[in-house]
Amino acid sequence: MMSVGLGHYLTVAAILFVLGILGIFLNRKNVIIILMSVELMLLAVNINLVAFSTHLGDLTGQVFSLLVLAVAAAEAAIGLAILVIYFRNRGSIAVEDVNLMKG
Amino acid sequence: MLIHTLAFYLFAIIAVAAGFMVIASRNPVHSVLYLIVVFFNAAGLFVLMGAEFLAMMLVVVYVGAVAVLFLFVVMMLDIDFVELREGFLQYLPIGGLLGLIVLVELIMVVAGMKLSPEAVAMVPAPAPKAADVTNTHALGRVLYTRYVYVFQGAGLVLLVAMIGAIVLTLRQRVGVRKQVISEQVARRRADGVELVKDVPTRQGVRT
Repeated sequence: MMSVGLGHYLTVAAILFVLGILGIFLNRKNVIIILMSVELMLLAVNINLVAFSTHLGDLTGQVFSLLVLAVAAAEAAIGLAILVIYFRNRGSIAVEDVNLMKG
Repeated sequence: MLIHTLAFYLFAIIAVAAGFMVIASRNPVHSVLYLIVVFFNAAGLFVLMGAEFLAMMLVVVYVGAVAVLFLFVVMMLDIDFVELREGFLQYLPIGGLLGLIVLVELIMVVAGMKLSPEAVAMVPAPAPKAADVTNTHALGRVLYTRYVYVFQGAGLVLLVAMIGAIVLTLRQRVGVRKQVISEQVARRRADGVELVKDVPTRQGVRT
């Protein structure tokens, strides 16, 4: 209880990851919340990577975490760009109508 | 040690509570603000773990770039958010059940996990002693030598994302009268003014 170890950080990361999954499940219409949930899940993965990295004394995990950070930023930019043009075309961001974009 | 434990629980509890509010709050602007709270507390956890550089990167990249981008988009698009909330309670039982199952599974994995001694022995990029160099220095030493191609690849990913976002959102509107400076500068007197001589009286100018 008193000393905080690897398991504590992994548990926090697991809870954040599950919150991300729940966010995708519960807000199925709002793409913005879904994108934020994806960011939450990526953050949980980052916490896992850094926890193992510092616990094992290995810097590779932190390098990988940096790459995950870059990919998360790229994903947010592209996702929001798609969202903006989708809104421009249809006037709403309800994801359930996205399959109307087909061919 | 006590301070460390207290700080951990503080950061962890606030991060989890704010993470819950991200998905539960009614207004997406509040969701983004709670997301920022989560990022700050995760940065605090990183500092506790001893990864200072990544903590600062988290604040700079996530709070400074990603969250602000979200805020821009949420405020720029005029969306009726009440309509989008429909179905939240409908999916709550099945979603909650699935989330609980995943959480129990993950916690069982964490609880039953053991690190093999061989894995600890063959660490590919061992971190130097904290007293020798700072975390940033050590990370830079590894990142710019051993993982330099991966680093360049990450830069490439960001470049492609930037160009992609610009290409996606750029649009040429038709029917917009824009100022064309080159045409204005290239205009001569003969293009615009015509001197009409020999106008007959009481008849005006016919064109």
